[in-house]
Formats: sequence, C-alpha cells, structure tokens
Amino acid sequence: MYDMKALYEAESVEDAIRLRVEHPEAQIIAGGSDVLVQMREGKRAGKELISIYMIDALRGVSLDEEENLRIGSLTSFSHITRDPLIRKYCNVLGEAVDQVGSPQIRNIGTIGGNTCNGVTSADSASTLHAYEAIIELTGKNGIRRLPIRDFYIRAGQVDIAPDEIQTAILIPKDSYENTWGHYIKYGLRNAMEIATLGCSVNVRLSADKKTIERCRIAYGVAGPVPMRCPSAEETANGAAPTKELAERFSSAVIDDITPRDSWRASKAFRQHIAVEMAKRALSRAVELAGGEMK
Amino acid sequence: MSKERTYQDPSFRDIQEDREKSEGDRDRRVGKSEVRVDGFDKASGRTKYYEDLVPPGALYVRIKHAEIAHGMVRSVDTGEAQAIPGVVKVLTCFDVPDIPFPTAGHPWSMDPGHQDVADRHLLNRHVRYYGDDVAVVIAEDEVSANQGVRALKVEYEELPFVLDAVEAMKDGAPTLHEEYPGNVLKHTELRKGDYQNAIKEPGLVCVDKVYETPTVQHCHIENHGCFAHEENGRIVVVSSTQIPHIIRRVVGQALGRPWADIEIIKPYIGGGFGNKQDALYEPLCAWCSVMVGGRAVRIDCSREETFVSNRVRHAIRFHIVSWLRKDGTIAARKVEVFSNQGAYASHGHSIAAKAMGSFPQHYPCENMECDSYTVYTNRPAAGAMRGYGMPQASFADESNIEDCALALGMDSYEFRKKNIMPRGFHDGFSGNTNYYDTFRQCMEKGAAYIDFERKKKEYAEDSGDIRRGIGVATFWYNTGVYPISLETSSNRMALNLDGTVTFQCGETEIGQGADTAYAQMVAEAVGLRSYRDVHVKSCQDTDITPTGLGAYASRQTYMAGFSIRQTADLLRDKILAYANELTRQSVACMDIACGNIIRREDRQVLMSLKELAMTAQYNPVHSEHITAESTYTIRNNAYSFGCTFAEVEVDIPMCRVTVRNMINVHDCGRLINPALAAAQVHGGMSMAIGFGLSEQLIFDPKTGRPLNGNLLDYKLSTTMDHPHLEAQFIENPEPTSPFGTKALGEPPACSGAPAIRNAILNATGVAIDHTPINPHVLFAEFSKAGLIKDAWT
Repeated sequence: MYDMKALYEAESVEDAIRLRVEHPEAQIIAGGSDVLVQMREGKRAGKELISIYMIDALRGVSLDEEENLRIGSLTSFSHITRDPLIRKYCNVLGEAVDQVGSPQIRNIGTIGGNTCNGVTSADSASTLHAYEAIIELTGKNGIRRLPIRDFYIRAGQVDIAPDEIQTAILIPKDSYENTWGHYIKYGLRNAMEIATLGCSVNVRLSADKKTIERCRIAYGVAGPVPMRCPSAEETANGAAPTKELAERFSSAVIDDITPRDSWRASKAFRQHIAVEMAKRALSRAVELAGGEMK
Repeated sequence: MSKERTYQDPSFRDIQEDREKSEGDRDRRVGKSEVRVDGFDKASGRTKYYEDLVPPGALYVRIKHAEIAHGMVRSVDTGEAQAIPGVVKVLTCFDVPDIPFPTAGHPWSMDPGHQDVADRHLLNRHVRYYGDDVAVVIAEDEVSANQGVRALKVEYEELPFVLDAVEAMKDGAPTLHEEYPGNVLKHTELRKGDYQNAIKEPGLVCVDKVYETPTVQHCHIENHGCFAHEENGRIVVVSSTQIPHIIRRVVGQALGRPWADIEIIKPYIGGGFGNKQDALYEPLCAWCSVMVGGRAVRIDCSREETFVSNRVRHAIRFHIVSWLRKDGTIAARKVEVFSNQGAYASHGHSIAAKAMGSFPQHYPCENMECDSYTVYTNRPAAGAMRGYGMPQASFADESNIEDCALALGMDSYEFRKKNIMPRGFHDGFSGNTNYYDTFRQCMEKGAAYIDFERKKKEYAEDSGDIRRGIGVATFWYNTGVYPISLETSSNRMALNLDGTVTFQCGETEIGQGADTAYAQMVAEAVGLRSYRDVHVKSCQDTDITPTGLGAYASRQTYMAGFSIRQTADLLRDKILAYANELTRQSVACMDIACGNIIRREDRQVLMSLKELAMTAQYNPVHSEHITAESTYTIRNNAYSFGCTFAEVEVDIPMCRVTVRNMINVHDCGRLINPALAAAQVHGGMSMAIGFGLSEQLIFDPKTGRPLNGNLLDYKLSTTMDHPHLEAQFIENPEPTSPFGTKALGEPPACSGAPAIRNAILNATGVAIDHTPINPHVLFAEFSKAGLIKDAWT
C-alpha cells in the first residue's frame, strides 16, 4: 500500500496543466517506476500525485512537418525500441533504452519520466544529448522548446515550470540525417542494472566514408548531469577515421568529463572505462556509418 | 485370488488390470525425473504462502531500525507516533522482557555447554549494528505503521564501532558484548603432526597468502514474514521459516513461556538458503500479539530489512601458509580463519569451525596447525547460508592450491590429483569414509565435457586485450551435522481408503523439491504404484507434524530416508498382518508391489491396497485405520564430493569477466530425482557466480551504514550473466543411506567461485585473492600488474 495523499488523474494535456496549477505541491507521475519506488522508500510519502499516464495523445513516435523525429513523452522504452521510425532514423536510441532495467520496467517506464527525473544515469540521456534533442514543454501559455542540455539544470532538477508538463522529445532532422550512433552502457551486470557509465557516440561520414564530418559524444554518470565532450569532438570533426584518431579522441574525453568518487565507483575507474568506451563506441559508430577504422 | 471375501469388492475389475501391471512393472519409484508434486499449483499461482493466510483484520507491526552502528538508546519519544490515526500501540526496547535468547536453528542440546549463545533481546537498548531493532509500531494498516515508525524520535548515546573481524580482536576495539571482552565469540584449534618442526625440512617452497570473502545475503525470493495470534491461551505463529519445530522452542525461550504453549505453522515458503534457519521475527511477532491482547499481528520484512536485519553470510579472512616439497607433496600447512560474526551470535562459531575442519580433509597432510576465530563486529548478524562456511573455505583452499601448483611450476590439475583426499580416507570424528575414487571420477568427467586439456593449451596463447582462461576447483561436503548435533527424523504414514498414503515429516519443503523426493521414496519403500499415490502434507504444524529438525545442512533427503524406510516397514507390517487375516496367506509369502498385495513366489495379485484399506476401516468386527509413525536417530554422516570447471573471457581494458562455460560434477550418491538434482545444481552454480564475481554487502566506513542493501545496488547475478550451466553426476551409492543418497543441497554453491578465480588467473596471470572479483577489483589488480596503464594518472 502506498502512502499517497491523493491521486489526480489527468485526462488531457489541458487537464494536466489545470491540475498542476490547482495542486502546486503535487508530483507528476507517468509510468511510476521511479516515483512509486521513492514513495515506498518514504522520500515522497504522503504526497499528492498527478497522473498523466492516461493521456494517450502523448504516446507514440512520428515525423513532424519539418521531418523532425517526435517522441511523445509517455512513449515506453519497449515501444521506442520497436518503433519503425526510431529503427530507421535513430536506432541507437532504441538500443539504449532497451538496456533499462528489466522487460517489465521497459514496458511501464517512459522516456519523459526518464528525462524529467534529471538523473545522470538515465539510459536515454546520453544519446538524447549526443543527438541534441529538443524538449517540448506545454504550459498555460502554450508550448516552450528548449535544448536538452538546458533542460537539465543540476542533478535531479530539470527546467519545468509549475504550470508545465513535458509533452514530447524532438530529434531534429539535421541531427539524425545520415548519422549513425552507438551506445555502450557499462554496468556491473547485464540486466536489472543502473549505469556505472553510459557513453553514446554518433558520426556523419563524408560520401566517400573517408572523413568524419561530424562526431558527437555524450556521457551519463561522467558528471552530475549528462554531458557532451567538446574537446573530444573537436579532435574527430573533419578527421579521417583511424585507430590513431580513436586513441586521440578517447584520451581527449578526460578533459571534458568530471566523474566523482563514490562508493559505487571510483573517479579513476570511471575515467579509465570512459576512455575505453569512447574508443569502442566511436569505432562501432564509424562501422555502422559504413566506414572503416584504418 | 481368494473367493472367500469378507466384503464385496467394488472395484474388482481394477484389480485385474493392476495384476497385469504388477507383473510387468517392477521398476523403481526413485531415480526418475518425476514432475514436482507441488509444480502445478506453484506454476499456476495457487500455492498459499504465509501472506495468503493472514486473517482479515490482522494488525501491522513495523520495526524501527537503529540509525547508528553502535551505542545505547537513551530514550524513544513515541508521542507523535501514537497520535497518528490507525496506530494501536508503540513498544520500545524499554518494554521488552529481560530475557536474552538464542536464535540459531540448531537442535536443542541437553548439554548446557553446547547450547547456542543467548545474546539478543526482542528489541535492543544496546544497539550493536546499523539496523538493529529498537522499537515497533503496531497499527491498523501498513501506511499508519510506517508513518508511526518515521515519527519515532530515538535518542542515542553513540559508541565507537568496528566492522572488521581482525580489527575487532585488537586491544582497544569497542566491545559489543560484555561477556566477550576482545569480541572473540569462540576460538578453536586443530593440530596434526608437528607443524613447527616440519617446516624446518630443507628445500621447502613456502606459499604464504591471505584470502578473503565478503558479507553476502541469501536473496531468497520470498522475504521473511510471519503472523501470530493467541488461541485458547496458546500462541500460534504462522511463519516463513525452514525450521518450525526449532522456532517453537526459541519463541518459548524468548517469551519465557513453556515450549508447548507455542504452535508454529509453516506453509509453503519462497526459499530460505539458511536465512530462515534462524529465529528471525517470530519471537517479536508472538510478543507483539500478546501485547495487544492476543490479536493477530503480522510482520512482513521488506527487501531492505531482509538484507540488513535478518542474517548474512560470514565474511571470512583466511591466512594460509603452505610448505611444499619439490616433488609436489605438501609437507605442512597452517591455516588461520577469522570469521566476521556481526552483532549477534546466531549460528556463531559453527561456520568458522566447519570451514577450518575442511582443510585437513580436503588436502590431507601430516603436519597441520589450524586456528579459527569467530569475532563479534558491528555488522548485521551472520548466520547460516547455503554451504555454511564451505564456499568461503573452498575459495581460500582452492585458490591456495592453485597458487601452490604455480609456485612449484606444476600443472594444478595434476597437483590436485596428487594431493586431494584419497580413496579410503576415513575421518575419525564424523566417521565418514571416501569409499570410491570419486574426486578423480568427477574431475575427469568435468574435464572431458569442457575439453580442459586442449583449451588450457590453446588459451595460453592468448595475449591481446581479450583473453580466455579455464580453471577448476573441487570441494567436499558433509551431508548432515552428526556428530556435532543431534540428527533425528520422524514421520507418519497413514493408509487412505483408496490405497494411497498420506505422509508427514518434519523435514521441510522450502522450494528445493523435498516433498517430491519424499513422495518417490515413500512410494518405493511402501510399494505403491506411483509417487502420485503419496500425499505429502507440505505444511508443518508443530502440534500435529511428527517432530523433525527442518531444512538445513544438506540433510533432508539423506536423513528422511532413514525414517521413511523404517516407518514404511512398520506400515507394511501392519498392512500385511491385516492382509493375512483376509487372504490366509502367510505374511512371509506376501509383498506389496505396485499398490497391490501380491504373493511373492508367483507374484499373483491377492488384493489391492484400496480393497484392503476399505475392508480394514469398515470391518464391523475388526476396524483399523492403518497408520505408522516412527523416529530414527541418525548416527551417520556422509561425504559428498564434486568439482567445477569454469571457462572465462577477460576483457582487460574494460575490466570485465564473462563466464563462457561452466560445469559442476557431483557425486551425491544415487539420485532420487535427476531433474530436481540438476535444478539444485543450477541454482548453486548461479549463487557461486554471484559470490565469485559480483555480490557484496558494502558498509560506509564512516557510519557503519550498509550502503547497498537493495536488489539494485547489491549485484545479485542474473540469468543474463550466466552461461549455460551444465550439471553432471557420478552416482556412487552411499553405503550408509537406505536409498544410497547423500548431500546435494549446498554442495553446488561451493566450488564455483574459486574455479572462476583460477580461470581468471589462467587467462591473465593475475591471482586475485578476494571476492567478489568485480570490475573495480580488476581495475585495481590489472593496474597493479601493469596490464592497464592510464596515461593521465
């Protein structure tokens, strides 16, 4: 039995916004795979909840008029993994969220919840950062869109106004077009796991596959919020895909990431595997893009 | 067939069919992979566990656990909690009776010197670990109870704490129990030959190393819980336990009530692995019921409580000094065992003593000096866990043996064969004998399956980032606890009117499949048509069920076998005596086979058991309900043997080990049910993989707080982390067992971790002497060995 004060069921986005305004203390709940766990632990005990889970309009993946990939915030991880548009344009995202927890969690957990939690270890986060995703928020005064890096404020805190809910995550056409990515989750076991470190790399190669036109890399758990690695990207942009580049690229991430010591893993260990993961993820992304690491 | 029947048989035609069956069907009921007797109900969700049986209106008891590692409770402010609607009563450590009680699931000993240490109260004023039980809130519903617990304000006087066993033995370490200054619960020693003199032999090679295993938890599926109420002045407790008859005694002790005032009922349970071979919250639950006037109250442990406030496996540090001759023999060995008991005695020194005792038998050598210490620390209390000291001892011993072979430049497989317990080895204390050349048979079978010799050579060539390796480890195990503790088994068999038999015994089904094994054994021993003709009463009720000791050690099938054979003989005697009245045939000329009374010589079916039972029950001049009941005191034990071969792939830069292939080979005597035996082995191998590679309860050195007491942060291995688990058997019949069987419950968990460790050593040349061998450990060890170098550090 959960210790909740009240549960308000929103029937539409407008309804959800009205409930947000009426109950400013209430917590939004979607799939509940995080919120209910926290409630059980006593952290959110006795709180009011606004459920948005019944708003079917927030489910599904589509292309908008500008051919941006639009993922409704309530779309479950297993839905994303199996979605044909995701598979076609941003398969790495489907692979990344397929590594969340267990099949049950992937069926109930939503990508909106994964990002609104604001945790650095979210399996979707590094790939969404590496693809420069846009977060769509809907509030009293309409729609607001902001880049995902601005959405994450600090650990556990994201930019949602008191009258807003997150309604979609967009991946711009230029971001996914002619681009291939690979995600590596480092965990201590192969299922039911939270990432010790997550690394997502994507590349766009020149037509002859001999030059990396654009390379983007982002990590989860390499700092308090998911982060890109500008120094590493700089070494790769415009470079030929070689093993030597992979070495330089991966060494450069050390200048960008800020992992910390915790009982879960030491900073030295996280740095070590971050470098190795960058190297492997880049090589794999280049291969997926039809290139070859010479 | 006798025409002078005393009644009209309603199923005469059935008997004609049976007759044909009994002519042809003389095969056995044991030794077959029968479907579990409880399989359908468990798979379809019908099986009732304690939570399914809680009476409506039962109050919820929720426990306030201490938030310091060591100290004294000064006060508990209950005001706010008591004001919460739904809260019925708040009880604290200042309210409990001053009766220290033991919790270990050991049989009672009539010798006070062998009784378990009584060092715990129902709630404790002296907090000895982070998570100790300080107070309870009893409420109408769970939410109010939890709110009440959060509203309690406990004031402590904090004391220094110690988490490490060796540190706790040092001068100046904080004392946990006044009766045990220096924190050593017990020290025992074992001497053989003259170690000090033997090591003076010229030319010896010395391998002096420390091996260490961590605190781990059982992680059975169903958390412990129980409910209690009073009935006609007595206390009834329904509990998720392995040991109902022992729990009755402990609840009686803890409450200061006659033991017979207590009735314990054990329904189906979702596993135990030894955690529930201990009085967990049954005494507290019983007391809470008394304190609310006998109303039903329930305690349901959360997973977090199960990790910290139940029992854990002893973390053990082994210091082993092996002195070796160049010819590959062992001249002398010294073994020191430091076992981390945690805050309360529970099973106490039994585990360390068992671990120590394994060394002189596993690799016998003339000169040995062994000492074992069990030491109180401010960790959760360690108790029984599958293997009872042997997974720890196997890790240390089999790692050391590998290291010894390396030091001599010998092949470790050959070194093992040369030094391992030989055929004919006899242990005077347990009376155990190694009757067969079992170790060699097991190792050869395992080596053949995994292609050991070829792969060892092939993998030696690996030199890149990803390297393969292969390793082996062996174990021996005692089936039961004789002669250290009492071994007794009782059961009852009742002939039903349809010729089937209802069976009750005190050795409990805890998920391992014991009920199915009993059904097969009873069917075999009585002479029934099928194991399905035996109705095993799975639920033990201490008022009704014949007294037995429950499920622990690896004893159920072996121990129950003695009393099943004995009671079956009594039942058969009664059946045949009655059959003699009906058939006029001599008892000596009759037998029971395939559910019929038959004449031995020509195997003619005289009558069915059903016919006999109906006649016996409704005979107007001699009515008899045919039942039999007996107790057998077992004064035997039996060696069980086996080995693991493991094959790994080590990704050096990623600091990651993948187990690619694994086989356990066991000699547990004759198999009663091969499919259940294989399942038992698979589970043990899975446990061994977790023990070797990932599991460990971590404590904050600054506060003593357990950091990862949940299933996310505690890295129990999953099926995604396992390779195909191969289980094979050598079936050398155990001469002391009426069914030729012996231990298989715990043995599968013993040799997996050292086999994996030795495979990693084989792959990388890096010997890792502590578990779990997780990526953090590999990072540190590979860095030390120069296999990985980070330019920026």
